[in-house]
Amino acid sequence: MTMQNIGRPTRPEGAAESTGFTSLTGGRGLLQDEPLIFELGGWTKTGVDLPAASGDAADLAGLTRAGVDLPGLSEPEAVRHYVRLSQKNHAIDLALYPLGSCTMKHNPRLNEKAARLPGFADLHPLAPVATAQGALQLMDRLAHWLKTLTGMPAVALTPKAGAHGELCGLLCIKAAHEAAGQGHRRTVLVPTSAHGTNPATAAFVGYSVQEIAQTEDGRVDLADLEAKLGPDVAAIMVTNPNTCGLFERDVIEIARLTHAAGAYFYCDGANFNAIVGRVRPGDLGVDAMHINLHKTFSTPHGGGGPGAGPVVLSEALAPFAPAPWVVSGPDGLDLVEEAAADAAQAFGRMSAFQGQMGMFVRAYAYMRSHGADGLRQVAEDAVLNANYIKARLSDVMTPAFPDGPCMHEALFDDAWLDGTGITTLDFAKAMIDEGFHPMTMYFPLVVHGAMLIEPTETESKRELDRFCEALRALAATAKLGDVERFKGAPHLAPMRRLDETLAARKPKLVWKRESGGA
Amino acid sequence: MRFTKDHEWVVLEGDVATIGITAHAAEQLGDVVFVETPEPGKVVKAGDAFAVVESVKAASDVYAPISGEVIEGNTVLGDAPETVNADPENGGWFAKVRVSDPSQYDALMDRPAYEAFLATQ
Amino acid sequence: MRYLPLTPDDRAEMLGVIGAPDIDALFADVPAAARKADLFDLPLHAGELEVERELTALSALNRAAGAGPFFCGAGAYKHHVPATVDHIIQRSEFLTSYTPYQPEIAQGTLQVLFEFQTQVAALTGMDVANASMYDGSTACAEAVMMAQRVNRREKAILSGGLHPHYAATTQTIAHAEGMEIVRLAAAIDAEAAVIDAIDDETACVVVQTPNVFGVVTDVSKIAEAAHAKGALLIVVTTEAVAFGLLKTPGEMGADIAVAEGQSIGNALNYGGPYVGLFAVREKLVRSMPGRLCGETVDAEGRRGYVLTLSTREQHIRREKATSNICTNSGLCALAFTIHMTLLGGTGLSQLARINHGKARELKAAVEAAGLEVLTPRFFNEIAVRTKGSAAALVDDLLADGIVAGVPYSRLDPHAGLDDVLLLCATETTTSEDIAALKAALTQKAA
Repeated sequence: MTMQNIGRPTRPEGAAESTGFTSLTGGRGLLQDEPLIFELGGWTKTGVDLPAASGDAADLAGLTRAGVDLPGLSEPEAVRHYVRLSQKNHAIDLALYPLGSCTMKHNPRLNEKAARLPGFADLHPLAPVATAQGALQLMDRLAHWLKTLTGMPAVALTPKAGAHGELCGLLCIKAAHEAAGQGHRRTVLVPTSAHGTNPATAAFVGYSVQEIAQTEDGRVDLADLEAKLGPDVAAIMVTNPNTCGLFERDVIEIARLTHAAGAYFYCDGANFNAIVGRVRPGDLGVDAMHINLHKTFSTPHGGGGPGAGPVVLSEALAPFAPAPWVVSGPDGLDLVEEAAADAAQAFGRMSAFQGQMGMFVRAYAYMRSHGADGLRQVAEDAVLNANYIKARLSDVMTPAFPDGPCMHEALFDDAWLDGTGITTLDFAKAMIDEGFHPMTMYFPLVVHGAMLIEPTETESKRELDRFCEALRALAATAKLGDVERFKGAPHLAPMRRLDETLAARKPKLVWKRESGGA
Repeated sequence: MRFTKDHEWVVLEGDVATIGITAHAAEQLGDVVFVETPEPGKVVKAGDAFAVVESVKAASDVYAPISGEVIEGNTVLGDAPETVNADPENGGWFAKVRVSDPSQYDALMDRPAYEAFLATQ
Repeated sequence: MRYLPLTPDDRAEMLGVIGAPDIDALFADVPAAARKADLFDLPLHAGELEVERELTALSALNRAAGAGPFFCGAGAYKHHVPATVDHIIQRSEFLTSYTPYQPEIAQGTLQVLFEFQTQVAALTGMDVANASMYDGSTACAEAVMMAQRVNRREKAILSGGLHPHYAATTQTIAHAEGMEIVRLAAAIDAEAAVIDAIDDETACVVVQTPNVFGVVTDVSKIAEAAHAKGALLIVVTTEAVAFGLLKTPGEMGADIAVAEGQSIGNALNYGGPYVGLFAVREKLVRSMPGRLCGETVDAEGRRGYVLTLSTREQHIRREKATSNICTNSGLCALAFTIHMTLLGGTGLSQLARINHGKARELKAAVEAAGLEVLTPRFFNEIAVRTKGSAAALVDDLLADGIVAGVPYSRLDPHAGLDDVLLLCATETTTSEDIAALKAALTQKAA
């Protein structure tokens, strides 16, 4: 069997002792113990006042259902239910959220307001284009900013998230190879430190994946790359800055070797926020790169989406971009919706409509607010904050790559926990008790017990110091042997550690009457 | 019992091989939550991925250590995947295969060789 | 810059702690040739007032659906969303949290997902649902690829009533993944035509009800035919409110039900973000793409929720993942769940009946204006035969302030259905809107 050792315990070790004081009703101070909506009664209730329907549905005889077996709640009950639930979440609005590679930065509320303007929010995707000129202009302006900031000539706006953007980029590459009689190229080279989506996407489009080795200092091994670049290679997929938080120093040489071998350079732009306004991927030889608008341009993560993943493209790949796209016409802007309409090489369509318009508005508002100067400052502050954390923690934790600066995230390994009996996971869970969200753990896979900390430009020095003090205190405690603090953590969160093994062995994915007891 | 470098074990009785994953593999995987065993009738070649084992943290392919035709998958594992952890080298077997070339069995490692191999890992 | 907390003094002090002479030293790994000393050729930072002014001006160039008589549907629907929904989804703890990878401090998001999955399963009549997909069209493509994983066959047959954009998306994505996609010719009332195309290589058939022409179909016979050949039936629905009235995909034998969930809780947003619904039969759950939330207990034995079966996902299986998707549509799923909770089953049924009633009113008006209605059985959309090009008629009526629907040719220019107009009425359509449409159509016909 293939052995994968992602060393992460997945259920609590033994039953935890309770934290001592317990309430009589299961509440924890202002944190309410909130049942599922299916357990709150309301099977005949509705919180929406609707007029009577006109007539019956006799014309649909035999085609209708008996009724919808779902509960409803009045408005105040619904508000309470969801507000109570919300209070069990951590949020960037509450404290530093150091998830490396995820880029949890402040979400300006102006952007939310703008996205809700009726001309954007209440605009139908198939409204006549004459009635959607403002939306098309916004897409056009967003495209202009993305192209200028990346130094790339074209952008496909429609992909709905980063992984969707990767797929779009690889499909452009595949189409370009096929158009050039190079369809036999079936291999994609991916560094071992890559995001899991990279190999997943490459395999998805039918490419075989080959890993590129990494050097001791956390970069692509040029010799290994050169050895593997052959006539069967369609593309390389490299994240830059990479997932170790380091800039690929040899990126221009990587691009040169790749192009010399007849392959394309796909750059995973997940970490573009570290260089925005300072470095243009187009100057590095990149052929395609997706941009996670929810990372670099601060559209909210929303508990797991929606994202948006426009892909910037080089001259060579631009003709293959999917429909739809915006063009200038005699009566203003127009939308080309048919892949075969005026560029027969377009590879197809990524989704039903124009992409994540609501995210375009937010990202554009973010760009306009920062401007060329502010975006450059974003990159500088993000990098400064990460290096500050690295500097302040390197004497108590072990940085994975101690030499030289990092970019926007600081990566530590678990060597400093050797002999303590405490794992990366335990340490991370103990951070919760101190009021912080854990950092990204066990990623990238190339670093043992990895802890990847990304503060972003959002953090003040005061918050960074508060965070560093908390980690230093925890590290000192860990070395003093206070194992129970870590093994039992979190003690003070809304829940203790959850049993993922039980969840996966006996999956309970929906509420059912017999099990729910209502 | 013989072993592979990919941590499968085989017991050969007549021309029927019983195949599973080793205690070492089961421990490394952690809590097994799902096992997909091959359908009877499936013809496998030594080295083919022929079953899947999932823990919460990883999904792994299990390779056939020996060529032949599957005659039975261990249906117990469908409802009780934890058997792989509790009894990996006996009740936690994955499949029985009617082997086409018994000499492949002899080419596999015996227990001391496998243990020596593990020591190098 | 209002979003950047560091002061010049902070920066200087921090560089001192790091031991770097200046900020450029931290970018030392960037090749000199790629380091830009100058600002890029873009405007400088702008205050909130200035940005809001620009965006408001752009917004004003668009005509909102609510600005007058409006009859577009065809995959996106104008519905009323209670104010409470938008209020709650803008709470910091929902809006500004990440994917719930740390379940101890993400029970809010996780419990919502569990409620969402249960609601979607009930609405579609299926056993289990995932925590959402990007949208209906990508969910459709994922369903087709899932069928391939389940029965190891390569061919998918798409009905001629499937939304052309869904068909194109599926064609692009599933074909890239190696599947053969057979799309039947556009046909108004012929979902069952897929039956004749099913053979022993067919992984799945994809039908839509109500279909893009608004036609409601009982697909039970299609399910039987598919299952007889070992193929899966995928039922697509683009108008989620229809689940309040129509027979469910589950009742009719669907193996996978996918839908666009935008209608419940979400705004039109010019096409996104939306929320894809994806529900399956119990036995298929381990082949399902996307995130799943499951119930479990914590170390003190209290009930809680976690993301589960995640070994199917790309961050663990990497090149062996069931799909390359890394995100769901969390906030849109939250909006769906809150709206659905406010409606309840009784409210949704009522809302669906209102929609159906409005569409009957619309049908009567269009017929009174002398146009032929092509949709025999409908929920809230109808297809109409226009005299001459439907696109020209829409342009004409726009001059009268009426957005008269979607010309089918806009979705599918090569089908030869240039005289087919798709119209939709919802609870937001007033009798005055319908009267205005009728008057304008009558006048054009005269």
